[in-house]
Amino acid sequence: MAQVITTQDAHGVATNNGDANRSAMAFTPTVDIFERDGTTVILADMPSVAPEDVDVTLEHRTLTLHGKVKPYAPEGYRALTSEYRIGDYIRNFTLSDEIDQAKINATFKNGVLRLELPRSPEAQPKKISVKTG
Amino acid sequence: MLQTTHSPMNFAGPFADMRRMQNAMNQIFDGARLPTQSWTYPPVNLWAAEDGIVITTELAGLTEQDIELPVEDKVLTIRGTYPAPQSGDEIVWHRHERVDGAFSRSVELPFRVNPDLINARFGNGVLTVEMQRPEDAKPKRVQIKSS
Repeated sequence: MAQVITTQDAHGVATNNGDANRSAMAFTPTVDIFERDGTTVILADMPSVAPEDVDVTLEHRTLTLHGKVKPYAPEGYRALTSEYRIGDYIRNFTLSDEIDQAKINATFKNGVLRLELPRSPEAQPKKISVKTG
Repeated sequence: MLQTTHSPMNFAGPFADMRRMQNAMNQIFDGARLPTQSWTYPPVNLWAAEDGIVITTELAGLTEQDIELPVEDKVLTIRGTYPAPQSGDEIVWHRHERVDGAFSRSVELPFRVNPDLINARFGNGVLTVEMQRPEDAKPKRVQIKSS
């Protein structure tokens, strides 16, 4: 079977502090990717993102996940310890031609984006029957 | 190939190197955000006011039913279990980076809190817990009388 998806490495960040073009940080969301019944499923963790702030775009064969985070700070309180930082999430995937791009399904729940990418019918494995001569 | 440009009219001073170093360090730590690399999970952010504490933590993929928040004296514990990932013979895994399994984290609070006045919310994968200092633990103001 052909490799369906190639991903960038999860340990990097999409935009760094040293990047002068952007002042805010962006993180690479952690993902699970598996395949079942001819459908590839991507689960991406994007905590702090509201469902309306998730953007999934497909340009040519590049699938981009973008989650925008609104900074949170309780009023009247001062920060005592910060063990994690918040920022937008960005991650790119390169899809193979075998994905039926018209049938991609995206849902967002509890900070997790779930994408279902069905394989196009032409790409389903074909069974060739062998006749006895 | 190493290239050095000598420009005496554009002297950046000894701090230019320090700033470069700082940028490099920031870039290293930007990437170190995966929870699996941390020994204490989940990481928390803590805010305090005179009589209140707010703790937030990111638990994407959980629901409020999966989280327990026992409080004892000055210690808040955050316990939960992530649902098991999809399994079965027909599943082919390509990547598994997301956290799964059970976790428990105890956070020591700056002061004792009233267990009856805890307000916990869970939304968009983020847990927010607001706690209040009990009346009897509030710092008392001592009136000084003039003699």
